[in-house]
Amino acid sequence: MAIRRKRRKIKMQTPNKSWSNHMTAWIHGFQNSLLRLLVCGVCLVAGWAHAADEAPDAFIKRLSTEMLDLVKTDPALKNGDVQRINNMVDARVMPHLNFQRMTAAAVGPGWRQATPEQKARLQEEFKLLLVRTYSGALTQIKEHTIAVKPLRTAEGDTEVLVRTEIRGGAEPIQLDYRLEKAPGQGAGWKIYNLNVMGVWLVDTYRSQFAQEINAKGVDGLIVSLAERNKSNARK
Amino acid sequence: MRIFLSFCLAVLATGCATAPASTPRDPFEGFNRSVYQFNEKLDQAVIKPVAQTYQQITPQPVRTGVKNFFGNLSDVWSTVNNALQLKPAQTAESFMRVLINSTVGIYGVLDIATELKLERHTEDFGQTLGYWGVPSGPYVVLPLLGPSTVRDTASFSVDSKGNLARRLEHVPTRNSLLATSMVDKRARYLSAGDRLEELALDKYIFVRDVFLQKRLSEVWDGDPPQAPENQDADPQ
Repeated sequence: MAIRRKRRKIKMQTPNKSWSNHMTAWIHGFQNSLLRLLVCGVCLVAGWAHAADEAPDAFIKRLSTEMLDLVKTDPALKNGDVQRINNMVDARVMPHLNFQRMTAAAVGPGWRQATPEQKARLQEEFKLLLVRTYSGALTQIKEHTIAVKPLRTAEGDTEVLVRTEIRGGAEPIQLDYRLEKAPGQGAGWKIYNLNVMGVWLVDTYRSQFAQEINAKGVDGLIVSLAERNKSNARK
Repeated sequence: MRIFLSFCLAVLATGCATAPASTPRDPFEGFNRSVYQFNEKLDQAVIKPVAQTYQQITPQPVRTGVKNFFGNLSDVWSTVNNALQLKPAQTAESFMRVLINSTVGIYGVLDIATELKLERHTEDFGQTLGYWGVPSGPYVVLPLLGPSTVRDTASFSVDSKGNLARRLEHVPTRNSLLATSMVDKRARYLSAGDRLEELALDKYIFVRDVFLQKRLSEVWDGDPPQAPENQDADPQ
């Protein structure tokens, strides 16, 4: 943990990251994973019998195959019916996300100032915006399959990166997930960030949200998001 | 060229007076925003309508052929840059793609290599510089060409030498090829462009942040060393 805190500090001091900083961070990360490897070795011996949880890559493989099959067999989803997709997302996707963490990360430092009601509103509007965004992508799904790349993290990690590729088009589409271990034994994994073709979803909104909050406060951001969603719904 | 220069000066004069830079990655934000507005207007007035017409009047197989043809030209340059980055497997695969598509695929119109499961590894000179450790520098929006960085702008002249279409002696053929390539590219992003409108609170920032992330990811072949995992605690 100490190493990680140090890494954050480095980033705060020099927001304009140079490549040597990238390297230092990488080296820290490497040391970090070595440490984790050690720790997990101990855990592995200690908790051999408790290894009942699904592996993160197996979880992603299962979830994405489920989703693909669902979309392929449901014409309403495939045609981009936003209401239908919204219901599907609520029922099948949201339970697997730590959406509060995603929203908090997108909102940035402003999140801490927000009241519980504001936080709930932010999550609701952000979710609508994202559903709208990805509903268009569903219409493109044809005979695609998911290939999960080998995991590079050690067992016992509570946060892992699962890298996948959607195959079936001319070029494979990169789709990576960041997962966290849900608290409790056997609770499985929750997704807290998503990378589409090299772009992390949550990070894409950080500057825009920060700008709104700086100019108009948390309520200003909520109003802007709600307006965007309303004008999207009219189309 | 003179028109271009005076345009730049005009934008500079108006741009620098406005919005101050809010992030260190984009110190020329005022200037960039002006060029961005110019590009948007140009796109709305000329490029997008042309791309839409192109999409309406040409059948899908023709458009695929055009796309494949330019894809094959870019594979030639990717082969060179993969070699410059000392990536033997990618170099070999890119070279095989060009070889097969240029012959069996009739000057690249048919993308046989993809059918044969030979993957495309797009690399340009900016990525090669990045691979060898040249930092990207601040974000820059170029007239007509759109989002870029200082590094990628500097390597543009090398990249355009590597573009075989630009090396043609016959000027009318060259210009029509370049124009077709631009229209082909725009036509492929028609639906994505409309979507952008729905996604962003501030389109300029959205495009910038996506571009910079994507570019970093490309330099590191989809796996940049410092993935933004701990940014939750990072005040900006």
